[in-house]
Formats: sequence, C-alpha cells, structure tokens
Amino acid sequence: MVYTLCFVLFVIGLYGVSCKKNIVKIILGFLIIEYSINLFLILLGWRKNGVVPVIEPGSDAHMLVSASVDPLPQAMVLISIVTGLGILSLMVAIAIRLYQRYGTFDITEMNKLKH
Amino acid sequence: MDNLSLFITIPAAVAFFIPIVSRRFRWFPDVITSITTFILLLLSLMTLNHETVYRMGNWFVPYGIVFVLDGLSCMVLIIVNLIGFLVSLFSVDYIEKIYTSKLRYYSLLLLAVTGMNGTVLTGDIFNLFIFLELTLVATYALVGFGCEARNLEGAFKYLVINLIASYFILLGIALLYGKFASLNMADISRLINSTEKDVIVSFSFVLFLVGFGTKAAMVPFHGWVADAYTAAPAPVSAILAGGVIKALGIYVLMRLTYNVFGINQHISMLFIYAGTVSIMIGVLMALGQWNFRRLLAYHSISQMGYIVLALGIGTPLAILGGIFHLLNHSLFKSLLFLNAGSIEYETGTQDLKKLGHLSQKMPLTSTSSLIASLSISGIPPFNGFWSKLVIIIAAIQAGKPVFALWAVIGSILTLASFSKIQRYVFFGKGEKFNSGMIKDIIEVPALMRVSMVVLAVFCCFAGLLLLGGLNGIFGPVVNVLTDGTNLYITRILGR
Repeated sequence: MVYTLCFVLFVIGLYGVSCKKNIVKIILGFLIIEYSINLFLILLGWRKNGVVPVIEPGSDAHMLVSASVDPLPQAMVLISIVTGLGILSLMVAIAIRLYQRYGTFDITEMNKLKH
Repeated sequence: MDNLSLFITIPAAVAFFIPIVSRRFRWFPDVITSITTFILLLLSLMTLNHETVYRMGNWFVPYGIVFVLDGLSCMVLIIVNLIGFLVSLFSVDYIEKIYTSKLRYYSLLLLAVTGMNGTVLTGDIFNLFIFLELTLVATYALVGFGCEARNLEGAFKYLVINLIASYFILLGIALLYGKFASLNMADISRLINSTEKDVIVSFSFVLFLVGFGTKAAMVPFHGWVADAYTAAPAPVSAILAGGVIKALGIYVLMRLTYNVFGINQHISMLFIYAGTVSIMIGVLMALGQWNFRRLLAYHSISQMGYIVLALGIGTPLAILGGIFHLLNHSLFKSLLFLNAGSIEYETGTQDLKKLGHLSQKMPLTSTSSLIASLSISGIPPFNGFWSKLVIIIAAIQAGKPVFALWAVIGSILTLASFSKIQRYVFFGKGEKFNSGMIKDIIEVPALMRVSMVVLAVFCCFAGLLLLGGLNGIFGPVVNVLTDGTNLYITRILGR
C-alpha cells in the first residue's frame, strides 16, 4: 500500500515535468520524482519495530539479521540525495540564465534553436 | 594491466587539479588534458585480450563493488579513450578562439571521460547509475557551455529528457533491489535466471529499456539528440556522438539484455522494430535539415538504429556487425563533428545555405569530410561499408530480408543527404553564399588537423579489422554477448 503511494508520487512528478510549461514547475516536478524514489528505497529497507544493524558483543547474529533494518538502501539514498542536489543546482543555474536571456520562464517561447 | 581503478582515479584527480593549478599557468590545462587522455588511451590499449575482475577495497564479490574487464568493455573503453584523446587535442585551439574558460571546459571533459570509463567497467548496478549521472552532469554543463540563449536551451532540453530517463533507471534499480536484495549485476543475473519469470523483473527491464534507450538515442526516445548536438561546442558534440551514447546507452543495453536479463524472442523483435524505425526516421529527418550539425545529429539516430537492429537479430554474425558498426560510427561521426567544428572555427556559421566553395580553401577538412561521408554512406572500401554489409548479410541469413531491405534503403538515403553536404559546403555553394566571407579563410591550426587526419586514416583502414571474422579481433567481444548469462555469472562470481 505504501509502495503504491510512492508510485503515485512518481507519476505526479512525471505529470509536472511533462505537462507544465513553467521551468520552475518542471524543476519542482523533478524534485517530487526524486523524493518518491528516495522514499521507495528507504521503505524497502524499513521494518516495523526494526533494530539498528550493528553487531555488539554478545548479540546473536541470526536474531539481528531477522530483526534489523537494511542499511544498504540508506547509503544508496544518501548518494542519490547528493547527486540530486548537484543536478538541482545545475538546473536552477540554467533556469536563471535562461530567464536572463529570454525574459520568461515559459518553455514554449524558447525556440531559437530551430531557426 | 590489472588495476582497473586507474581508469577512474587518473582523470578524476586531474580534473580536480586543473582549476587549482591553471590559475597560475595558462598553458597547463591544454597540456595536462592531452597527456592524461593519451595515457588513458595507452592504458586501455594495454587491456586488449585481458580479462580481470577488480574488487574495490577487497570486499567479497556479491557484497562489494567490482570492476569487470572483458572483451566488450575493453572495446568500448578503447573507443571512449581514443575519442577523448582526439577531442582534447582538437579543443586546444577551438576553445581558445570561441569560448573563454578553458580550465572549466577541460575539467568537465575529464569528468565526462571518468564517468564513461566507470560506466563501462563497473559490475555493480547502482555504481553504474552513479557514473552515469557523473557523465551526464558533466555533459549538461558542457552542452550549455557557451551560455548563449541557444546553448542554454539545448542544455535544458537535454537535461530534462535525460533526467527523466535517469530516474526511470533508478526506479528500476530500486525495484530489482527490493526483489533480489543484491546490486551486483552477475548476482542479479543468477537470481533472475534461477527464479521464475516475475512481473517486477519484467517491469524493471522495461524501465531500463526506456532509460538506456533514451541515452542510446533510440526512436521514440530521440528528442534530445538534435538540440543537444547543435547547441554544444563541436568537440563536445563529437564526444557525445562518439562516446556518451555508446558507453551510456548501447553498451549498457547490450550488457543488460544479453548478460543480465537474458534475451528472448519478444525483446529481439522489439529491438529489430525499434532499430528499423530509428534508421528510417533518423535519415528522413536528416534529409530536410539545413544546419550542418543538426543534420549530423539525425544521422546519429539513424546509425544507432543499425546497431540496435543488429542486436535484435542476435546471431553471432549480426552481433559482430553491430559491434563493428559501433566502432566505425564512433570514428566517422566524431570526424564529421570535428569537420563541422573546423568549418565553424573558420567561417563562424553552421548554415549550409551560407557556405560554399570550401574545398580549395580548406583542402584537409574537405578531404577528411569526404572520406567520412563516403564511410557513413557505406561506400567501399571505407569502414562503414563493411559493417553495414555484415549487418545486412546477417539479416538475410536470419530470415529477415525485409529488414535488410530497409537497412539498404536507409543507407542510400544517407548517401543522398551527405552528397548534399559535399555539394553545399565544399564543392558548390548555397543560396545565401557570399564570396566575401570565404576570402580570408585558411586551413585550421595544426592540432585540429592532426585529430582529423588520425580519424580519417582510421576510417580508411578500419575495414581491415574485420579480417578473420568471428575468430579475429572481434571474437572475444562477440563471445561475451553470445555466451549469454552463464559465462558472465561464472566469470564474476567464480561459481
């Protein structure tokens, strides 16, 4: 059920990217897509009443494996957030420069390449 | 040559060094980039006929990140680094004249090379995504490098389409991880083939197909190609056409379909149809273009169609043709983009209608572009002829003569549009041609000439690489794909 909500969020973001004409709204759409995937990855490793995946002296390894959360998706999400931040800043920089050149955020008015 | 991490560490380290050192020494970025890419080219040539699995940090195989070197990755590695070296030679004078900030340009170029090397070598699917993003971020910035309205517009379009594709890929990776709890590609392959067909696996394959199909410029995901190639500086277009769509798109598609998911009837038919449609749509759209680089960009789509078609046919002969065409397309398409760059360097325009009579003024550019044009249109004895011939023979042998016919028609239309280039740019003149414009034009500087001549020589003689056929130099490359999933799993997991 929660996974389905992630997909709904993904599709909302995709709608924002593909149907909106304003560059800022497109960027927001990308943010929504990114968060939906990050949420999905975190939920993959999540477990109800899960414990921290650290083996302490005296703890049973098998018990730990069956009770702990999965740490790998958390690492993946961290990396994905960092790359997302890099791309976001590049996107915003390009959007600002585009606004300086065209005087608008509307992508349908940016058509100098075809001429 | 066992330490595969050198392909990542050398260019990445130099890329971060350049902005620090070159504030004091103006000549530093030119020299160090050419030297670095040359070293990378030598290193990649040393990997020929080697097969290694390099474990990062000595982690055990399914848990840590592995770098895998086999015939296919070695071949793509050589292509990427060869184009990287020649492009960095070409950039020395080109960027000096047209753009301003050399050190940023070279840093980004080396980061793109790092990302491509990483994508080709890695055996871990999430690591592959990271290297892919690294290449893409560097190339987004390179495409918009001029910061004029048209550069930024092309960069933004390129960014939006490829970012959607990247997130599709990330979603596919997340689904696969949720299903199999593994990120190692060989391990995933073992688990896919030992369990029953599952809807999640098929869905993630579709996501990968869309994602990497976009990066491979496959129709119907080709929207970014023409704009990005037109907006970028010419050497960047060359590396996009010769390296990025090969390493990020078609190489990963080959690896995933043949070595990880395993190919079946439906996927082959999908590839065959997508390839044929790409060939025809690309070449038909190219025929009507009047911008030099836009025309070349549509031909990129068309030529990638041949490779996808060959992948779909899937017999050893077809794969041989596809791989050989991959190499040839890198050579002649980069050469054509460099020619377009030299013409832009001298005349300042890309419009075919404004150009003319350049064959006397720029004999070397003219000759090399003639060689590349004949090569891409499949005229013997140049390299493009041999790879197209192999693909067409393979299609007929596999009982698909209709697709062979479409490939031949595509090739003839390619010849038509390249005779247009030769006529309007070099031998005849366009409608708006102004003879005053070309009065002071001379041949381009020496380093630009060197990279064009090297590529032209390769175009003339690369046909010889086909000697020996399936037992020749492409034998190990074809074997990697035709052996399917089992050998790939054994090679990496060791069981």
